[in-house]
Amino acid sequence: MKALRGLLRKESYHILRDRRTLTVIVVLPVLQVILFGFAIRTDVNDVRLAVVDPTPDYATIALRNRFDATGTFRTVAVLHRVDELSASFQTGAAQLAVVFEPRFAERLAHDGVARVQVITDATEPNTASARQSYAFAVIQDYERSVRAASNDVRIVPDGRLRFNPTRESSNLFVPGLMAMVLTIISALMTALSLTREKETGTMESLLVSPLRPVEIIVGKVAPYLLIGLLSVALILVEARFVFNVPMRGSIVLLVGEALLFILVSLSIGILVSARTSSQRVAMLIALVGTMLPNQLLSGFVFPVESLPRALQILSNVVPARWFVLIARGIMLKGVGLAYLWRETLILAGMALLLLALSARSFKVRLS
Amino acid sequence: MSIVRGLRRVLALARAEVLHVVRDRAMTVQIVVMPIVQLLVLANAATFQIRDVPTYVVDYDRTTVSRGLIDAFTAGGLFHIVGTAPSAALANDALLRGRATMVLTIPNDFESSIVRTRVGRVQLELNAEKGSSVGIVQSYAGQILAAYSARLSIEVRPTTQLARAAPTQATPVRGAARIEIRAQGWYNATLNYKHYMVPGILVALMTMIGTLLTAQNIAREKEVGTLEQLNVTPITRGQFIAAKLLPFLALALINLTLGLIVARLVFAVPMRGSIMLLYGAAAVYLVVALGIGLWVSTIVETQQQAMFVTFFILMVYLLMSGLFTPVDSMPEWVRALSQLNPVRHFVTIARAILMKGAGPSEIARPMLILAAYGVAVLTLAVRQHTKRSA
Repeated sequence: MKALRGLLRKESYHILRDRRTLTVIVVLPVLQVILFGFAIRTDVNDVRLAVVDPTPDYATIALRNRFDATGTFRTVAVLHRVDELSASFQTGAAQLAVVFEPRFAERLAHDGVARVQVITDATEPNTASARQSYAFAVIQDYERSVRAASNDVRIVPDGRLRFNPTRESSNLFVPGLMAMVLTIISALMTALSLTREKETGTMESLLVSPLRPVEIIVGKVAPYLLIGLLSVALILVEARFVFNVPMRGSIVLLVGEALLFILVSLSIGILVSARTSSQRVAMLIALVGTMLPNQLLSGFVFPVESLPRALQILSNVVPARWFVLIARGIMLKGVGLAYLWRETLILAGMALLLLALSARSFKVRLS
Repeated sequence: MSIVRGLRRVLALARAEVLHVVRDRAMTVQIVVMPIVQLLVLANAATFQIRDVPTYVVDYDRTTVSRGLIDAFTAGGLFHIVGTAPSAALANDALLRGRATMVLTIPNDFESSIVRTRVGRVQLELNAEKGSSVGIVQSYAGQILAAYSARLSIEVRPTTQLARAAPTQATPVRGAARIEIRAQGWYNATLNYKHYMVPGILVALMTMIGTLLTAQNIAREKEVGTLEQLNVTPITRGQFIAAKLLPFLALALINLTLGLIVARLVFAVPMRGSIMLLYGAAAVYLVVALGIGLWVSTIVETQQQAMFVTFFILMVYLLMSGLFTPVDSMPEWVRALSQLNPVRHFVTIARAILMKGAGPSEIARPMLILAAYGVAVLTLAVRQHTKRSA
């Protein structure tokens, strides 16, 4: 026990004395959350709209006004022929075009059918389809209002967006960012701190000391656990005061879950370092192996439901996926353990499994 | 004479670097295999495509009309019913648990209200936690409702008009005003997001590996103490940086080649422009990316610091490059800031060459920015690197 305390003290000195690293570890995540909180958005707003209206009449003008009134669309050009469109698409001046057929209102009144074409710049398919669906909604809305005058059946949907009514991007991404930042601090820093002892040869002296392997691990990771918790606190303060992200659930529970997630990440770090001998391989695995999967398979930006089936299954082993669910659940939905016990159990299971694995592979190195 | 000697020095040191990488098996595997695996897997991941909307139905009405509406939702294949119960509490629970993405509530006067007033109301509750896909789901649901009400218009005729309608109209369907919408996507007609993502992910992987390897390189020499030895050799600062840069540039180009082969053979990514132009642009871009790595390497003391700083720089670069989330959605000041991001420019170039078949004149602007960036970063790295140990 006394030996462990000694090691803990040594590790704390290591971290505290290296002012530069310490500043970097504490300040950078805070800056990043601010930057990304503002920058990572998938809102589709300010869509540059081109209108092709060969014969303007009351119906096309009414529909055009509806587009302008949404606030999502901004009409940048009103053209008369479709072939004029190509240029505005190529320069990026327009992102979406609405093409009315000639004599639109007349056809609508007499034939009962009028045609309109929605053309999108689909280079980027994800936002293209979102823009397209917004345009569809505007046109359908208009269609319904035209029908209101007629004797047709109408079903009026009362749409409600739960948990994030304004669809504010930062409400979604700030809880997710917490997972990113915690992974870096916990997994990467631990992996490096252990391999470094190996590389510089000081691991030998640790191993011949009366410390048990478990104690060495505890001593090495405990300081990073504290730094991780400090980051959580800072990010939560930011979320509240900079981004006004709601905190509908229990903050104590969230901190507890964060602790669990940090434990999982730390054990990954230990495992990586136990299996590698140089800092550079540890770094490669930790960085290339965690950065993209964490960003893409955690539901942080792209919903897990949108993944192909096989990747959805694969995403189950990404710890960040569960933590993102938990963090959003607590912050946005205000749910407690009654709803999150499954995710919590999975994280706890991962932590136990990884800790056991890393303790074992660590022992192997002793012999 | 001195040029030849300088070149020899650079080559000798570069050769040492190559040997370092090649001899370390674990490392070679990481560098070559990991990017390919990630490209294969992750190119499938970056999509907002809606595959399936778990829906909870609260049907208070339980009539033929309400059941018809539910059938209309399931018939499309997109919405699948995860539960039906006339209980708002249970539905709310499903929403909270994340079991349902949408709750459709049909009030108990649904049918009678349609028959009496021709207007029915339903409630759609959506889990907005899912971000931007919610808007798309909402508009799908709107389309289904519109189609179903059009059908009802024929089936449920108001009693007063029943006599009139049948004989006068040959095609009763056309009785109502209808707007037919046709959609068209240009440049990527099938909306295949993989064609868009693969070049992006390839750039991301190339950048990560290149920057990381160069960043830890000099830091490692410092840590192990071999930098001292290099400092006492006659090599100049410029030669030193060049020797550190070239091997990794070659390595990254090999990565690019492998990635392009995968992109072509596995994902059938179109390559409409000149591949040579792409390589030329890649070489300029890599000087920037690796130069940043080297610069980081000269200012830090340990590999741990190098790693941490690189990780954060890369995260900022990647997330703000328009790779995953569109630059157009970002606020004005972030968009201005992203002009400083080399990844953004190269991603634009790569996509323009591959997808749109852009030539040298179309990509001139981002190329010039990258070139200027490269000169600046290299100057910085060379100046920062001192041969004196502090």
